[in-house]
Amino acid sequence: MAGLGAQSAPSPFTQQPDLADRYGIIIPRPPDTHKDKTTNPKVGAMDAILLQILNGLDKGSAYALIALGLTLIFGTLGVVNFAHGALFMIGAFCAVTLQRLLNLSFETIDETQTDFLGNALKVKTPYVEAWFGPQMGGTIIDWAVPLAILFAVPIMVFVGYAMERGLIKHFYKRPHADQILVTFGLAIVLQEVIKYFYGANPIQTPAPEALSGIVNVGAIIGMDIVYPVWRIVYFFFSLLVIGGIFSFLQFTTFGMVVRAGMADRETVGLLGINIDKRFTVMFGIAAAVAGLAGVMYTPINSPNYHMGMDFLVLSFVVVVVGGMGSLPGAVLAGFLLGILESFASMNEIKSIIPGIDQIIIYVVAIIILLTRPRGLMGRKGVMED
Amino acid sequence: MSNSNFTRRGMLKTSAVAGAGVALPTIFTASSVAAYTNEPTGSSVTLGFNVPQTGPYADEGADELRAYQLAVEHLNGEGDGGMLNTFSSKELQGNGILGKKVEFVTGDTQTKSDAARASAKSMIEKDGAVMITGGSSSGVAIAVQGLCQEAGVIFMAGLTHSNDTTGKDKKANGFRHFFNGYMSAAALAPVLKNLYGTDRNAYHLTADYTWGWTQEESIAAATEAMGWNTVNKVRTPLASTDFSSYIAPVLNSGADVLVLNHYGGNMVNSLTNAVQFGLREKVVNGKNFEIVVPLYSRLMAKGAGANVKGIHGSTNWHWSLQDDASKAFVKSFGTKYGFPPSQAAHTVYCQTLLYADAATRAGTFNPCGIGEALEGFEFDGLGNGKTLYRAGDHQCFKDVLVVRGKENPTSEFDLLEVVEVTPAAQVTYPIDHPMFAGGALGSCNAG
Repeated sequence: MAGLGAQSAPSPFTQQPDLADRYGIIIPRPPDTHKDKTTNPKVGAMDAILLQILNGLDKGSAYALIALGLTLIFGTLGVVNFAHGALFMIGAFCAVTLQRLLNLSFETIDETQTDFLGNALKVKTPYVEAWFGPQMGGTIIDWAVPLAILFAVPIMVFVGYAMERGLIKHFYKRPHADQILVTFGLAIVLQEVIKYFYGANPIQTPAPEALSGIVNVGAIIGMDIVYPVWRIVYFFFSLLVIGGIFSFLQFTTFGMVVRAGMADRETVGLLGINIDKRFTVMFGIAAAVAGLAGVMYTPINSPNYHMGMDFLVLSFVVVVVGGMGSLPGAVLAGFLLGILESFASMNEIKSIIPGIDQIIIYVVAIIILLTRPRGLMGRKGVMED
Repeated sequence: MSNSNFTRRGMLKTSAVAGAGVALPTIFTASSVAAYTNEPTGSSVTLGFNVPQTGPYADEGADELRAYQLAVEHLNGEGDGGMLNTFSSKELQGNGILGKKVEFVTGDTQTKSDAARASAKSMIEKDGAVMITGGSSSGVAIAVQGLCQEAGVIFMAGLTHSNDTTGKDKKANGFRHFFNGYMSAAALAPVLKNLYGTDRNAYHLTADYTWGWTQEESIAAATEAMGWNTVNKVRTPLASTDFSSYIAPVLNSGADVLVLNHYGGNMVNSLTNAVQFGLREKVVNGKNFEIVVPLYSRLMAKGAGANVKGIHGSTNWHWSLQDDASKAFVKSFGTKYGFPPSQAAHTVYCQTLLYADAATRAGTFNPCGIGEALEGFEFDGLGNGKTLYRAGDHQCFKDVLVVRGKENPTSEFDLLEVVEVTPAAQVTYPIDHPMFAGGALGSCNAG
């Protein structure tokens, strides 16, 4: 290309007197950022496939958790909740809020340094560090995201409860279209509220330092597959939450009543059980599941107010592919679509079918719905009236 | 024998000259009745600030709006005058523009082309805006520029970095102060060569829209010219949030440099993912693996946190510059708002001053008069050193900053450090450069 690279460039990082004079810049030398020299990451085809499977499981974890919550709400209350993505987003912002709370600081004026306007620099010290000492305080701030789990659960249960009692219960007897419209509207309101308080740009919420590196997961099978530690943590965390929900429904009396209510609401009601109250609790639990998925997702991608919408549509496809109302179906479809999406992003696949990474989920949804109209594990009679 | 010169060619020439002579007064005379769109008749003039107030770039839009308000204050003689005091042209006296008080209306682009066009149209038709400025995305800037050309008002582009804005989509009524993809590449290439050598294999991840394409084309050409090999160019959907499945193939591609042609949320996420996957700690082909982000924004760098440390990119302007103009602007902005301005704020402030100055020099708000005053205008004292508004494509040519994520930030604003100021001459290209080919300025439209 004409022009580019053709000129003989002045040597960078050597002081250019005229520029230094004009902009007052002392050009620094770059430091070596590669302190940890690890192995050559060139990996073979097999490793690449395993890497994409890991990626898929990781993406699938988020899809599965959101879809699980959606299905819980649909299965119990019969409501199609388009505000579920917003609950995921609120969960993420619980982590942001806790991080900010832990970073609440008092200011001391340091006369020896100046700020960007040339005034004496105000040095901020977090209260947590002042109370517990710099080391302990620093560790608490570092572990803000995992700590946010404890912070998020009560908040999310409350948000879910308030949402159900305050708005959604008025729409039980209305058509699904009305439910979709009102919950979608609610999602937009929640999104704008978050944007008002936290701004539109993504907010950095890092994982604790101990969990933020990479690990060679292939070492066990003699391969060289490095993967971020936090993403592995996320996968196991989602398994734990999914396992917890299934156990709760399977092995507790409360869960048994809820399952009975899902199967035949009227009969359970005739037995003198207040099934509505239990379903409201389930809505709170579903909100908490979405919230936890959001909390733990923050170190993977910096949260912004729009993140819920990004997941919402995909999660609905997951629910439909899994089968409306089927909890195992939602989880299975979540992981399946996550893995397929990852494979579709491989250059080898994209060179055969360009753009497949953007449509794979919908193509699979079409194929599955054509061959199994109720989805992978859908039950007869759900959404068919 | 006749001495008459009455030939067909002579007749055509005479008619053309006469025709132009007849047409001229109606274009350039401000006093003729409604000689141009929204001719200000009262004691004030209205400017239209079209910025993203909602949507993913709302924070940049908010910063642009702050700078616009500051510029209006300074034009009307309020505040400390900011860069009016350092601007090389001394036409502006702090008494508005041409003696008319500056007022403004705002529109919300939502970072969507159709919404941006609708809000610009409304400001022109309902509010009587005589100039439209703003934007934080190239898709929007190109759409609004086209609308302003049709409507007969000047468009002073805000943050738009695609080559196409002053390339194939350039318009006579549109002007860009911000730099572009080519300039980023031309400024970065020598620095990258110096840092990482000439034997490198680059892998590109690119946002799949006009800005991404031109940025990728520019940086790939610049790095190939210095001997780098381009391993792959992968387009990622603009709506992508998790880039892990795009990062994973980089590992077995043999590449030792990853170029992220991403902006905004895409940049934050792709960079975060790349760092998560340990790319920065790798050694490939015996060399340290490196990541490059051609277009940096401090507001966005904040979202990526510590991940930007040591990563190189380019920027139009940075608040840490120590020239008198930058210092005056930072002081003025910082005193009013409590934090330093972003590059988006800087470029729109400059654009407002440049418009006001051009109107004053032209003695009219007529877009054609202002266009003529801006074309080929050379100035200094706005924070980028000597700058030329090139007549042929309405692009500003000035020094470009190469920056790097700072290792030890001293404050939440102190994220980038300037490592090189690339002289304007090094980023200048011919008007008919292939990356800017196609399209024509056309002639100015006064409505």
